[in-house]
Amino acid sequence: MSTPERSGHEPLLRMAKRGELLPAWKSWGIRVIALLLSLIVSGIVIVMVSGLNPAAVFATMFDGALGTSKRAWVTVRDAMTLLCIAVGLAPAFKMRFWNIGAEGQILVGAIASAACMIYLKALPTPVLLLVMICASLVAGGIWGFFPGVFKARWNTNETLFTLMMNYIAIQLTSYFVALWENPFGSNSVGVINSQHKQGWLPNLLSEGYNKDFGWNVIIVLTVTVIMYLYMNKSKHGYEIAVIGDSENTARYAGIRVNRAYVRTIILSGAICGLAGFVAVSGASHTISTSTAGGRGFTAIIVAWLAQFNSVVMVIFSFLLVFLQKGAQAIASSYNLSQEVSEMITGIILFFLLGSEFFVNYTVHFNSGRRGK
Amino acid sequence: MKKYLALFLALVMTLALVACGGGSSTPSGGEAAAPAETSTGGGESAAPAETSGGKLKVGVVLVGDENEGYTFAHIDGIRKAAAAVGLSDADLVWFYNIPESEECYDKCIECVEQGCNLVITNSYGHQTYCQQAAEETPDVEFVAMTGDTALKSGLPNFHNAFNMTFESRYVSGLVAGLKLKEMMDQGLVTDPYIGYVGAYPYAEVVSGYTGFFLGIKSIVPEAHMDVQYTNSWFNIQDEGKAAEALMARGCCIIGQHADSTGAPKAIQTAKDNGKAVYSVGYNIDMLAAAPTAALTSSTNDWSVFYTEAFQTMLDGGKIPTDWSKGYEAGAVAITPLGPEVAPGTKEAVDAAEAAIKAGTLHVFDTSTFTVGGAPVTSAFTFDSDGDWNNDTNEGIVDGYYHESEYISAPSFALRIDGITELN
Repeated sequence: MSTPERSGHEPLLRMAKRGELLPAWKSWGIRVIALLLSLIVSGIVIVMVSGLNPAAVFATMFDGALGTSKRAWVTVRDAMTLLCIAVGLAPAFKMRFWNIGAEGQILVGAIASAACMIYLKALPTPVLLLVMICASLVAGGIWGFFPGVFKARWNTNETLFTLMMNYIAIQLTSYFVALWENPFGSNSVGVINSQHKQGWLPNLLSEGYNKDFGWNVIIVLTVTVIMYLYMNKSKHGYEIAVIGDSENTARYAGIRVNRAYVRTIILSGAICGLAGFVAVSGASHTISTSTAGGRGFTAIIVAWLAQFNSVVMVIFSFLLVFLQKGAQAIASSYNLSQEVSEMITGIILFFLLGSEFFVNYTVHFNSGRRGK
Repeated sequence: MKKYLALFLALVMTLALVACGGGSSTPSGGEAAAPAETSTGGGESAAPAETSGGKLKVGVVLVGDENEGYTFAHIDGIRKAAAAVGLSDADLVWFYNIPESEECYDKCIECVEQGCNLVITNSYGHQTYCQQAAEETPDVEFVAMTGDTALKSGLPNFHNAFNMTFESRYVSGLVAGLKLKEMMDQGLVTDPYIGYVGAYPYAEVVSGYTGFFLGIKSIVPEAHMDVQYTNSWFNIQDEGKAAEALMARGCCIIGQHADSTGAPKAIQTAKDNGKAVYSVGYNIDMLAAAPTAALTSSTNDWSVFYTEAFQTMLDGGKIPTDWSKGYEAGAVAITPLGPEVAPGTKEAVDAAEAAIKAGTLHVFDTSTFTVGGAPVTSAFTFDSDGDWNNDTNEGIVDGYYHESEYISAPSFALRIDGITELN
């Protein structure tokens, strides 16, 4: 009686955290298998729900996301905005500062950009665009500064603080929408500067606007590369990694943790603010409370899936936007409701996130051999 | 080992299942080059790329879906029009629940990508994005329903259309007026106090409630009306609450320019509790929501415009920049009268409708209302930029306001005596 009788009801599965990290090919293998499995399961669901041929549905998905050059550019555009946010979130999350406030930081960046478009439209385009970039960085940075300082000074909970800052930003946006509404009484800002396109990011490859989104790509990829170098090659990046692993170790090592907190969250907020600029100037040319559109939260998934590696985030932001566009195409081509496409996206995300479990944990199957 | 084997087998079986299901068609490599040549055996759920005639493919970007009265009326109108001119399901591309944001622009462009040569958006807030898409794709025609900037934009492929809904609002007001008079004669009501649940303080709403009020006033000249805005086109709860607030102030008949059944339901509840109150709805027959409280609703038949537009496109013609028709084309109407309307209502409605059709009755006849105690002799037809300068013609000619004649969107925005906006 003194020793518990184990062999009789040992569970089939037993999981344990992996002692050492898996080699890269193995962990990526697991993720690819998860992706394939998710496609299989969503295929089965499609057949069960709609009776459609899953291969045709997946082809529609491809067509909807990349089928024409315009569609491909829109996918690229949205992926770039998402990537920019994820790149902004990564340093904060890497040091375990839970920045749930990307939505708000995007919105204030967007407000700053829109304000420049409206009030400074007399400036020549390159100058105006530079001013907009600076304004959005500053606005986002300020939105990060407050939770950072409060965390450093009074150890407030940054999750709640950044979350609540979102609501303030949404209210601010409503205020400015009411202030700038056009036409009068419409309760929306409409397309800003639709006549002369001041403050619109122009096409990179041709004349005009909205044909390609090359500048979005250049701006966001530049930020991504810089962030990669910052995180992996700079002293600040190293500090962030150490704080993320253990704050006390960081203190012991003489890192000024509070300063690092404030600095990093300002940086995080500023880049999210820049995403607001990209969203307004490079994509929507308007501002509303839906400018962030939940992407501040979706980007958290991107950042985590990529393990805060900015270069890997490129893949995941493309994947997520591809899924979203593809799912919308399915819904519209087959007259399915939007929910079916969201189910498919949900299934795929479920598997992808689930695969992280298998990357970090081992599962032992009990074959009964041990009992002997 | 057996358990591994079992898992493995299960996996293989699922793979096999999917492989069989997917084996019949479509190479998964080159979709980009040859978009969706799917030989779907799936029957009615339509292959994307094949159109029947090929002359006309219509993209429809809608603010709601079938569950919302206003959008339902548009869906219904488009389906009827498509049937009338012989368009098949494959000639229509639908996008539902599209917010009034840049998503509308993306969807308009997506319609173009899918080969549409006519794109329709159905909400006022869609207009600016629709216009941007029109500017960028000059070979595709765009219609922003209820919009008002087509004329000013100068774009040849951008159009606005709206029914002369104020006409049917006037007639629904007439129904309400007759009921009000009956209640006053019976001594149920002493104060001829009307309520109105409006969406936004736009000209469209102002024009609508003024038409409704003038209909009432033609029967009960001393009537007065309060308007409560909800700042939303569709909010069941807020509309219900607004109706309750108006009833609490003493309103005995409540009209609406918002799209839900919230107000009629609240009014029916109050009526069931013994209050003498009635509802005049919008878009749809409210008798299901308010079986005894509903008098009638003013409604639109959008198929009149859509049929004309589709036919014009098929004939190779040009859709007018601004399109607006009312009773004379059958584009507006009131829904069947409720069980408790005053006697003689049917005859009065018929007479008023005939007079409107004949052009002898003008809803905004300046002899029937005053502003600030004085009759009106001059009014803007449209001021898009808020600079207090009239953009188009003088509105008041021959003793009445020419609503929706110069531009299709309602433009009557005078606040006439007898009506109070509460918020």
